[in-house]
Amino acid sequence: MSSFLNTDGRHRTLEGWPLVFTTLTILAVLVGGTVEFLPLVLMETNRPTISTVTPYTPLELTGRDLYIREGCVSCHSQQIRPFRDEIERYGEYSKPGESIYDRPFLWGSKRTGPDLSRVGGKYPDLWHVLHLEDPRSTSPNSLMPPYNWLLSQDVNLDNLTAKMNGLRTLGTPYTDSDIEGAVQDAKAQASNIARTISASGGPQGLETKEIVAVIAYLQRMGTDLTKSQN
Amino acid sequence: MEKTSSPPIGASSNPTMLTVRFDDQVVRYFVIATVIWGFVGMLVGALIALQMPFWQANLGQYLTFGRLRPLHTNAVIFAFAGNAIFAAIYYSTQRLTKTRMYSDVMSRIHFWGWQSIIVSAAITLPLGITTSKEYAELEWPIDILIAVIWVIFAINFFMTLKIRREKHMYVALWFYIATIVTVAVLHIGNSLAIPVGLFKSYPIFAGVQDAFVQWWYGHNAVAFFLTTPFLGLMYYFLPKAAERPVFSYRLSIVHFWSLVFLYIWAGPHHLQYTSVPEWAVTLGMVFSVMLWMPSWGGMINGPFTLRGAWHKLRDSVVLKMYVIGITFYGMSTFEGPLLSVKTVNALSHYTDWTIGHVHAGALGWNGFMTFGMIYWLLPKLWKTDLWSNKLANAHFWIGTIGMLLYVMAMYSAGVTQGLMWRAFDGAGSLIYPDFMETVVQIVPMYWVRLVGGSLYLVGMMMLGLNMIMTIRNAKDKPTDAAISVPA
Ligand code: HEC
Ligand code: HEM
Ligand code: HEM
Repeated sequence: MSSFLNTDGRHRTLEGWPLVFTTLTILAVLVGGTVEFLPLVLMETNRPTISTVTPYTPLELTGRDLYIREGCVSCHSQQIRPFRDEIERYGEYSKPGESIYDRPFLWGSKRTGPDLSRVGGKYPDLWHVLHLEDPRSTSPNSLMPPYNWLLSQDVNLDNLTAKMNGLRTLGTPYTDSDIEGAVQDAKAQASNIARTISASGGPQGLETKEIVAVIAYLQRMGTDLTKSQN
Repeated sequence: MEKTSSPPIGASSNPTMLTVRFDDQVVRYFVIATVIWGFVGMLVGALIALQMPFWQANLGQYLTFGRLRPLHTNAVIFAFAGNAIFAAIYYSTQRLTKTRMYSDVMSRIHFWGWQSIIVSAAITLPLGITTSKEYAELEWPIDILIAVIWVIFAINFFMTLKIRREKHMYVALWFYIATIVTVAVLHIGNSLAIPVGLFKSYPIFAGVQDAFVQWWYGHNAVAFFLTTPFLGLMYYFLPKAAERPVFSYRLSIVHFWSLVFLYIWAGPHHLQYTSVPEWAVTLGMVFSVMLWMPSWGGMINGPFTLRGAWHKLRDSVVLKMYVIGITFYGMSTFEGPLLSVKTVNALSHYTDWTIGHVHAGALGWNGFMTFGMIYWLLPKLWKTDLWSNKLANAHFWIGTIGMLLYVMAMYSAGVTQGLMWRAFDGAGSLIYPDFMETVVQIVPMYWVRLVGGSLYLVGMMMLGLNMIMTIRNAKDKPTDAAISVPA
C-alpha cells in the first residue's frame, strides 16, 4: 500500500496517465448508481400494484401541469411518511403504487405549506376557488401567494393529444379513444366542476378557465386508495 | 491564430526556451460573470426570503415564490458557483499543465454558451417553463444546449491535459476530472425525457424510479458541482495564497478516491421514509455516514496546509475567507451525515433545517471559497492592487455575520416546526392540528433570515464595487501572464 501512496509510488505513475485516470474515475462513480438503480428497474415498480390507481383524466393531467408551472411543489409535499403524527394530520401514508403514473414525481422536499397528497375531497370545489384567488380569505395567516390569474386565464387544451400520446409511449395505458376524445372529456369534466362552483354561490363561467383544471387535479389527489373497485 | 505559444520576449531569451502565454482573458470574463450573477442570484434569494413572511412581495404571475425559487437555485448554483469554478479551472489548469488552453475558440464558446444558458433560465423559469425537478428545472431544449456546451468544455479541458508540459497531474486536476465527467453523466441521466412540445417534456421514469433518479442527480449535483470543483479550487488556490505546500499527499489520494466512489451511493438519503424501498434508503444512509471521513480528509488537508502560516491570516483577507469556507465545509459535511440518519431525518426532512444545512454549505463553503479566490485573482488578472483592502475586510465580516444569522435562524425554525408537527397531548391527539399554527411560530425566524441574507448580499455588492474599482485602476489592456518552458 505504501508503495502505492508514496510520492514516487504507483499512484504517481497514474497521475501521468490522464486517460486511465479518467476511466477509473468514471468506473468509480458508475458503481453506486448502477448497483442501487438496477434492482429498482428489475423489480418493475412501475407496474400497477394497487388496482384502483388509474391514469389521470385529461383535465387532471392539464391541472397537474399547471401545478408544475406554478411551482406549487416548492412549498407542498405529496408524500406522507409512515409516522403516527403524519397519518393523523394528513391521512394514510403514501404507497409506491400510487405514483406509477406520476411523470415527473411531485413528492417535494420542503413543507412550507401542508402535504397535499390526500387533499382530494377534503374541501368543496368552491373553497379552492376562494383559496387560490386569495388564500387569506379561507386561511387567515397563510403565506401562500394569491393565484388570481388562474380564474381569468383560459385553459389550454390544444396540446392534450400530444401530451397523452407521449405518456402512452412511455407506458401510461391511455387507449385510442381516450386520446381521441380527450378534449371533449376535459371540457365535460370542466363544466361539471364549474357548475358545482356556481351552484354553491361561487363565480360563474369558470369552465374555460385554468382554475378548473387545477381543482380537478387537487380533488383527485389521494382518492385512488379509497375509491371502490369497479 | 495564436495557439499554445507566442514569440519569446526579452533580449536575453534563450533560444532553447519557449514562452507560453496563458489565456487569462477568459478567466477575467468568468470572474466578472461570477460577480454579476452572484449578485442577481442572491438578490432573487433575498426576494423569495421576503416572500415567505410577507406574501405581498409576490409580484404577479411571473414573480411568485414558486417560479422564483428555482430561479434562485439555478442562478446561485449554475451561474454564481458555476462561473466561479470555470474561472478556477481555466486559471489553474493552464498553470498546472504549463500550457495555454487547447483552444481559445472553445474557451469562448464555453463562456458565451454558458451565459446564454443562464439567460434562457432567467427567461423561462419565471414564465413557468419548468420540469419541476430540483436543480434540473430547465426544459429539454436548454438541457440539450447544456450538454453541448459541457462537451465542448470537456474536449477543451482534456485536450489541454493531453498537450500538457508537466508530467504529473496535480491533485486539483483530479477533482476537475471527476467534476467534468460526472456532471455529464448525471445531467444526461436525469434529463432523459420525451418532448411533447417545444417547452414541455415528460421524464421516461415515473414515480418511485423518477424520484430515485432525481435524487441520484440532485445529491450528486451537490457533490460534483458544489463540492469536488471547490476542493480542486482549494487545492490550487489555498497553497498559493498561503505559500505552503499541501499538507499531505497521501491524504489527498485516499480522500479523492473514497469521495468519488462513496458520494454516488448517498442519493437516497433525500428519500428517507418515502415510497422508495427500504433497502435503498438504508444504503443511502450508510454510505452518507461513511462519507463523513473522506469529506473531513479534505477538510483537514486545508487548514493543516496553513501550519506555520497562521500569522498570515492577520493581513490576508484571502486566507481568512478560505478558513471560513473550509470550516463551513467541515460543518456541513458533518451535519450532512447526521441528517442522513433516519431518526434525525424524521425530524429535519421537510423543514427549514434542510435550508439551514444547504446555506451553511452554500454561503459558507461555496460563497467564501469563491470570494477568497476572486480577491486573490483581481490584482493578478488586472495587474494592479486591489482597490480597497478595508472594503474586502468589511465584506469578510458582514458576510460572516449574515451567514451566521441566516443559518441560526433556519436551525431554530426547522427544529421548532419539526417538533410542533409531531407533538401529541396526553389524550393522544395532535397539539397543533392546524398547520398554520406551526407556521406563525416560525415567521419571526423568516425575518431574521431575511436580515442575514441581506447582509450577505451587501457583502456581495462590496465585492462588486471592489472589482469595478480595481478594474478601473488597471491599465487599459492588462497583459496575460507568461512562463518560459524548454522548447
Ligand atoms: C409560499 C409557499 C406556497 C406556495 C408556492 C403554494 N402554497 Fe398552498 N399553501 C401554503 C400554506 C402556508 C398553506 C396553509 C395555509 C392555507 O391554507 O393557505 C397552503 C395551503 C394549501 C392548500 C390547503 C391544504 C389543506 O390541507 O388545508 C391547498 C389545496 C394548496 N395550498 C394548494 C396550492 C396550490 C395548488 C399551489 C400552486 C398553485 C400552492 N398551494 C402554492 C403555501 C404555499
Ligand atoms: C443572499 C443570499 C441568499 C438568500 C437570502 C437565500 C434565500 C433562499 C430562500 C428563501 C430559499 C427557499 C427556502 C425555502 O423554500 O424554504 C433558498 C433556497 C435555496 N438556496 Fe438560497 N439564498 C441565498 C444564497 C444562496 C447561495 C449562494 C446558494 C448556493 C450556492 C443558495 C442555494 C440554495 C438552494 C440549493 C436552495 C434550495 C434548498 C432546498 O431545496 O432544500 N442560496 N434560498
Ligand atoms: C458528507 C456530505 C453531506 C451529506 C451526507 C449530506 C446530506 C444531506 C441530507 C441528508 C440532506 C437532507 C435531505 C432531506 O431530508 O431532504 C441534504 C440536503 C441538502 N444538502 Fe447536503 N450533505 C452533505 C454535504 C453538503 C454540502 C457540502 C452541500 C453544499 C452546498 C450540501 C447541499 C445540500 C443541498 C442543496 C440540500 C437540499 C436538497 C433539497 O432538498 O433540495 N450538502 N444533504
